[in-house]
Amino acid sequence: MKALNKLTIRETLQALKDKKFSSCELLESHIKAVEANRDLNAFITETLDLAKEKAKESDLKYLNGEARALEGIPVSVKDVFCTKDVRTTAASKILSNFTPPYESTITTNLFGKGVVMLGKTNLDEFAMGVTNHYSAFGPAINPWKETGSKENLVPGGSSGGSAITVAAHMSMGALGTDTGGSVRQPASFCGIVGFKPSYGRCSRYGIVAFASSLDQAGVFARSVDDAALLSTAIMGYDNKDATCSKEELPNLESAMDQGLKGMKIGIPKEYHGAGLDPEIEALWANAKEMLRKEGAEIVDVTLPHTKYGVAAYYVIAPAEASSNLARYDGVRYGLREYKEGMSLDEMYEATRTEGFGHEVERRIMIGTYVLSSGFYDAYFSQAQRVRKLMVTDFKLAFDKVDALLTPVTINTAFALTDKKQMDPIALYLNDVFTIPASMAGLPAMSIPAKLNGKGLPIGLQVIANRFREDNVFRVAKNLERCLNFKVSPKGY
Amino acid sequence: MTISKGTVLKTAKLARLKIPEDKIDLYTKEISNIVDLIDTLNEVDTKGVETLVNVDEFSITTQKDEITAGNCADKILKNAPKEKLGYFVVPKVIE
Repeated sequence: MKALNKLTIRETLQALKDKKFSSCELLESHIKAVEANRDLNAFITETLDLAKEKAKESDLKYLNGEARALEGIPVSVKDVFCTKDVRTTAASKILSNFTPPYESTITTNLFGKGVVMLGKTNLDEFAMGVTNHYSAFGPAINPWKETGSKENLVPGGSSGGSAITVAAHMSMGALGTDTGGSVRQPASFCGIVGFKPSYGRCSRYGIVAFASSLDQAGVFARSVDDAALLSTAIMGYDNKDATCSKEELPNLESAMDQGLKGMKIGIPKEYHGAGLDPEIEALWANAKEMLRKEGAEIVDVTLPHTKYGVAAYYVIAPAEASSNLARYDGVRYGLREYKEGMSLDEMYEATRTEGFGHEVERRIMIGTYVLSSGFYDAYFSQAQRVRKLMVTDFKLAFDKVDALLTPVTINTAFALTDKKQMDPIALYLNDVFTIPASMAGLPAMSIPAKLNGKGLPIGLQVIANRFREDNVFRVAKNLERCLNFKVSPKGY
Repeated sequence: MTISKGTVLKTAKLARLKIPEDKIDLYTKEISNIVDLIDTLNEVDTKGVETLVNVDEFSITTQKDEITAGNCADKILKNAPKEKLGYFVVPKVIE
């Protein structure tokens, strides 16, 4: 039998039901992996003792025939979800001593289904970044390496730690958040599935806010099927978030049972440019043919404002962030920097300067600038109008097709020492293919497709219309079968 | 540079951030580069396009303003950097 931590969630649930092994044994195999891979710096806070207690409870539930939908499944949680009585830092020094007195809705939902949390994972500070190196707790490391190289690569971000735990078999699934690609991009860099439901599908209650009109919870898993199990557990209306939707939930299971006959899949022509790696381009073309052979009709579509997505995002997201992060003032929680004789304003300034990292400061500055008197209309309003045009582009495309197939990223994982890639603007451009779906609030998934010539994973993205998560899973499940990607990082 | 050192310092003040003397040039350069990126939005003709506030602007739900949780002041104050008699303590504001 395979090592327990290498099973799929669905296999595991069946085996637990059949008493082939216990939740405690399952947990033990994951704890071993967590302990063996601490050099990847995937966790900010491990909660292994708490996990042991929960696994015992899960075993009791199986014994009493009271097992819930995900009973005993070990999962890791991005350290941006507030967890009651468990430190929640958002990878920031300013929250390094914050212990929430309440639980986020998403973790409440997941724990209510019997999930066992292994710990809180590393991320770019306040979810701002694409490399996971903007963390006050040190960078997280991708378990993948180029063939024959020992150079550490970035796992992507911001939800890098969560992606690593799933790719390196430290957890069976993980929670992330996606504001402009923070689930899909690390999933692609780490060779796993990453799914972001429509904006409004998941409650944002208890998620440390970055950009509220874009922030959305998402999941990581090693298969489309496992992603469906986790997504079903977290989606749904919550009255604690006014933007949470009452729209009827999709049936992902039945969607995954369907073939592609009769489905129209769009290929947006604007995704061909933007410095796309030729290997990714070729893989994308290949996947398009696979879907055609499966019976889908392939349709060329146009999303004319794609190239302005990054610029509009880097107005809107920092603007919202500068407002959201105004709450960190050293008064009610988190870090306080104070020296005798300081005024209240001086205390605010000292606290924020000491507590925020460089990238977060940069984004707060940009956000403050674009919202400041005299610039608001030129930048913020203009960006919101461009966002409207992007939403309209997608609306017109989805009049013609059921889903879109695109690349996730322009390149594969790169080294922390790669100066060209690590330039701030170059990093912003990393999200060029993931930002548009975020701007329009659409459900989108990254699916691991193939290793490139250097042995690094490439992902492909499926995007569907608002609240049509079923179409994402239908295409993704069929695509996954055709691609047959079953590789794990060497040594994990 | 698209923006001046003065603008950077004014913005930092508005954001309640203090930029160390030796980093002002770095911040001015970095922020100028980002402003150059977002300036490309000016290429887009948005005449007559409405401003999008939220992708869900028509479906935001409302509810009665009722107390659903409470009696947890002590738990909240546990995270306070400084508290006294059930209140957050800040430097003296009024002389």
